[in-house]
Amino acid sequence: MFWEADRECMNREELEQLQFERLQSTLNRIYSHVPFYRKKFDSLGILPEDIGSVTDFSRLPFTAKEDLRESYPYGFFAVPLREVVRIHASSGTTGASTVVGYTRNDVRIWSNLTARILTMGGITKDDVVQIAFGYGLFTGGFGLHYGAERIGASVIPASSGNTLRQIKIMMDFKTTALISTPSYAMLVAETIREQGIPLAALSLKYGLFGAEPWSERTRREIQENLGIIATDNYGLSEIIGPGVSGECRELNGLHINEDHFLVEVVDPETLRPMPEGETGELVITSLTKEAFPMIRYRTRDLTSLLPGHCPCGRTLRRMARVKGRTDDMLIIKGVNVFPSQIESVLFEIEGTEPHYQIVIERKGGVDEVTVHVEVGETIFFDQMRQQRDMMEHIRKRLAQELGINIEVKLVERKTLARSEGKSQRVVDRRTL
Amino acid sequence: MLRIKNLEAGYGPLKVLRKVSLHIGPGEIVTVIGANGAGKTTLLKTVSGLLAPRGGEIFFEKETIRKVPAERIVSLGCSLVPEGRQLFAPMTVRENLILGACVQYRRRRHEEVAEDMERVFGLFPRLKEREAQLAGTLSGGEQQMLAIGRALLSRPRMLLLDEPSMGLAPRMVREIFAHIVHLRKEFGLTILLVEQNARGALAIADRGYVLETGRMVLQGPSEELLSNKNVQRAYLGWSSEESA
Repeated sequence: MFWEADRECMNREELEQLQFERLQSTLNRIYSHVPFYRKKFDSLGILPEDIGSVTDFSRLPFTAKEDLRESYPYGFFAVPLREVVRIHASSGTTGASTVVGYTRNDVRIWSNLTARILTMGGITKDDVVQIAFGYGLFTGGFGLHYGAERIGASVIPASSGNTLRQIKIMMDFKTTALISTPSYAMLVAETIREQGIPLAALSLKYGLFGAEPWSERTRREIQENLGIIATDNYGLSEIIGPGVSGECRELNGLHINEDHFLVEVVDPETLRPMPEGETGELVITSLTKEAFPMIRYRTRDLTSLLPGHCPCGRTLRRMARVKGRTDDMLIIKGVNVFPSQIESVLFEIEGTEPHYQIVIERKGGVDEVTVHVEVGETIFFDQMRQQRDMMEHIRKRLAQELGINIEVKLVERKTLARSEGKSQRVVDRRTL
Repeated sequence: MLRIKNLEAGYGPLKVLRKVSLHIGPGEIVTVIGANGAGKTTLLKTVSGLLAPRGGEIFFEKETIRKVPAERIVSLGCSLVPEGRQLFAPMTVRENLILGACVQYRRRRHEEVAEDMERVFGLFPRLKEREAQLAGTLSGGEQQMLAIGRALLSRPRMLLLDEPSMGLAPRMVREIFAHIVHLRKEFGLTILLVEQNARGALAIADRGYVLETGRMVLQGPSEELLSNKNVQRAYLGWSSEESA
């Protein structure tokens, strides 16, 4: 099943011509409309028309998350705000988040691309699709919602949380497809088992999961426990949100929507291209975005481009599941968390020592994060109330900063392991 | 059908086209819109071989036509309907049409010319009525029909149309655009339409490109371009308030 067969199964030569034309006009537009790129191009002595081939393309500068943060909030927009019909932001509730915008055409294209991904995962107009991604600044909920509507499926915008209610909706509304993070699907499976609900009481057939890394083992568990076909999909708000790539029913890698995104996999150190099949950092250039075009955006996600053709008939190249990150960003319950954010909260709280450890565990499919913080002598461990107040205070501040709840444990000075070089700030005990 | 990559062209020290790329699939109607001086006519002149490109590639049905002379490009099946019609005013309608058939005569297909002439008259009955009239005495719309008819007599598979709506009354513009759609349907032609009348062109085209000072800045399905605010403001004469 294809959503846009003429695009998804396009002859490679035609696809390359299309990509090149779209790249050229994107470059012409960003050079005249995005000051960051104009400055960068000028300092490198590059004009848009100097880029005449894919080889020239490698002369273009990379764009990093830090560049976007420095231009907070609207510095990267290529159109005036009055032409923007939607604004999303990457997870994180502070000035450190990145703000992205969409024109009417961007939203239309985005819907179409998520419709492709949903079709790859098995969704048709006859499905009842329950979207358990957060609806809000996060792109996951709205992105897939619009795609599912475009297909003509019946969409339930359940949003995230309240698992018992989600399961009730799933049974009563006869949901056939679940869209969420893989860890949430695990939690749903777990809860269903705890509640003693038989699988026969559900109508689920498909699950499309994304927004965090997962493994084949998790896929097997989800498939068995929910009785569905589970596919992976990938995207990030800086590029468009969901809709960048997704797995077809062959379950052998994620087809990239190459007519809208140009992808490279580079060595994160040397920035040179990695040979096909080898793991490196995924770098993406948008080819059709109007409001928020991106040139060579360093995703920090580790993956590889897969060789060979897919039996499904799509000619769009495939990428492997994302294997991890090149930076220290953690994805907890689908939310992006940097240890530095936690650190900055701890530093502003009096009485804490600059030693902490973030421990992540997965219990019954749910991520649990605990921050162990060393506290100085001003906190007396025999004063329970003072301790409790402090823990509560840190917990609240972290929740404000990160948008998710994190457990806090206070420990005495010099109890956390010190290491010679880089201290181990993060202990990730999750098995994906 | 036609594929252009990094086309560069100009006149003397003047650079007009700066690495222009575009493609047209068989049976498509594709329009290039842009303001005066954007390079639209230069683009068609370069494709049809009237102007030598300074760089880039042009493929017509997988065959490079970059250094192919203009008359050869016509015999390959790609005909230009030039800006301002470029008819021979002191010659009759019939004579002008026959001039378009010179490729056919060279192919020794004399009998087909008469047949084609009838098809053109079938398409534009007005030309039949004025068959013996001098081209210079025709109205603007009739001259445009004659220019298209002349191009059809070379039996092209692709037509390059340079501003066919130029200088015509609104009713005539609609009629000419309707004829262009008809050309694809009846003759199976692929059409590259260069226009300042963006609204009319996008209404009949499958896809469009926006050319600004020799650079392609936008492209996409016509409905996408029609809803692009920049296109609306610059080429459709709407302010963003009106279109909201």
